[in-house]
Amino acid sequence: MNEFLPQFLQQLINGLSLGSIYALIAIGYTMVYGIIGMINFAHGEVFMIGAYVGLVTLTAIGAAAGLPVWLLVVIAVLVSVLVTSAYGWAIERVAYRPLRGSPRLVPLISAIGMSIFLQNYVHLAQGSRDMPMPDLITGYLFQHEFANGFTVSMSNSRALIIFVAIALMVALTLYIGRSRMGRACRACSQDMGMANLLGIDTNRVISFTFVLGAALAAVGGVLIGLSVGKINPFIGFVVGVKAFTAAVLGGIGSIPGAMLGGALLGITETFASAYLPTEYKDVVAFSLLVLILLFRPTGLLGRPDVEKV
Amino acid sequence: MSTLLEVSGLQMRFGGLLAVDGIEFHVDAGEVFAIIGPNGAGKTTVFNCVSGFYRPSAGRIDLDGQAIAGLPGHVIARRGVVRTFQNIRLFRSMTVVENLLVAQHAHLETNLLKGLFKVPSFRQAERRAMEQAAYWLDKVGLRAHANREAGNLSYGQQRRLEIARCMITEPKLLLLDEPAAGLNPHETHELDDLIRDLRKQHGVSVLLIEHDMSLVMAIADRILVMEHGRPIVTGVPAEVRADPRVIKAYLGEE
Repeated sequence: MNEFLPQFLQQLINGLSLGSIYALIAIGYTMVYGIIGMINFAHGEVFMIGAYVGLVTLTAIGAAAGLPVWLLVVIAVLVSVLVTSAYGWAIERVAYRPLRGSPRLVPLISAIGMSIFLQNYVHLAQGSRDMPMPDLITGYLFQHEFANGFTVSMSNSRALIIFVAIALMVALTLYIGRSRMGRACRACSQDMGMANLLGIDTNRVISFTFVLGAALAAVGGVLIGLSVGKINPFIGFVVGVKAFTAAVLGGIGSIPGAMLGGALLGITETFASAYLPTEYKDVVAFSLLVLILLFRPTGLLGRPDVEKV
Repeated sequence: MSTLLEVSGLQMRFGGLLAVDGIEFHVDAGEVFAIIGPNGAGKTTVFNCVSGFYRPSAGRIDLDGQAIAGLPGHVIARRGVVRTFQNIRLFRSMTVVENLLVAQHAHLETNLLKGLFKVPSFRQAERRAMEQAAYWLDKVGLRAHANREAGNLSYGQQRRLEIARCMITEPKLLLLDEPAAGLNPHETHELDDLIRDLRKQHGVSVLLIEHDMSLVMAIADRILVMEHGRPIVTGVPAEVRADPRVIKAYLGEE
């Protein structure tokens, strides 16, 4: 037996957990794009804020120690979801809604401005150095030692990321597919004007997608913070670009596409860093994007834009 | 009969272009009122103003005595004015029944928490929405197609679904923009029956733009003829048909 199998399995686990995070964030990009056709470049920063809110919450309740770990994590995630959703809502109100109806480039520039603003705002408030996240989730879900001495392991924090991400994506799919608000979202993404004329308050639907995207990004932020163990104000940029890539890879506007794209990108990146020099991981990830866009310009699950009659 | 819609001095300007000017008409409750005119006469512009797509440059639009000009589309819709489009605008990748459910959005409470916990009032409302949808599917003969994607229906079926989707919002005034366009004579005849039925059974007033003269003459109570953005005649079908100005607008001068 050689070392191939254990390493393959290990990288698959790592890749899936990374991909889950990309997918959670990519959903925010893809939903906003699906509804109002703009790229919310500030979404990466929303993820970063989510991580910080989680950290601040944990620090605040740290004094009242004695709470079980699972409760701490749940509280951190919930608080972060609430606060970060408010950010998502406010970003749309302040930076995008006043520009509704203006040429496409205008909200895009506003989004970039918002991204720079948020990054620097956290930078000023929290400093630019890495902040340690408390090492709450320890231990391994399983560790398997192969005969040749190699081990494959899945830490609890990685397992939690994968589990939570999958649960949220299933819930989201059901919600969008079955609920009234989900129906309204789909209607708006197909024909906003018509939805409005049928009595749907489209501004509310738009706000809702921003809130939902921010909430998912917040969950991702707290979980990856706990898993990696440190955060800084600049994590939003790289992760944001990767998640955006994942959304495009899967077909921007498509929610299952964002999930698939996220998982695929995470796995590709991890494998690239395992089997090639680590510096190549981004090269491989983005080459994948270029290749897919060359052969399937609408992404893996994207619908081609039907010409409106 | 009471006046439902009253339009006066309506003007719509796009930059230097005066698309519509001096439009005056009213629609009574339960009336079918048609706007006709050559292409480019500004009929659809009038529709867009009434339904809240455009904010008129000048003039009044009153529904039940309340001004609605310039209100956002969903507010006008909730006051009871809905419309169809020349080019059918269904939610094509949603199913037929979903198209009817989404149109009831405004009537349904969208309280997230109530939805999550499926309280009885929520479930009841959801059931009523399904019943309404079923009723209208029967009415427009699409029951068998309930779970097909709307975009896959035939053209005539899509038209009827679009009308059903409007009617399910329980409007007071239904705006139909060239509903017979692209329909064959048989489908046009069905449409004629449907509009009559909507008026009789549901008491809805209809404001209609149409090129198909046989349909207009058959179902309209009164007709407004427009040319170059201005009204030329308003009257009952017989008057309009005989009016020399109308004949001139359509056929040109000798």
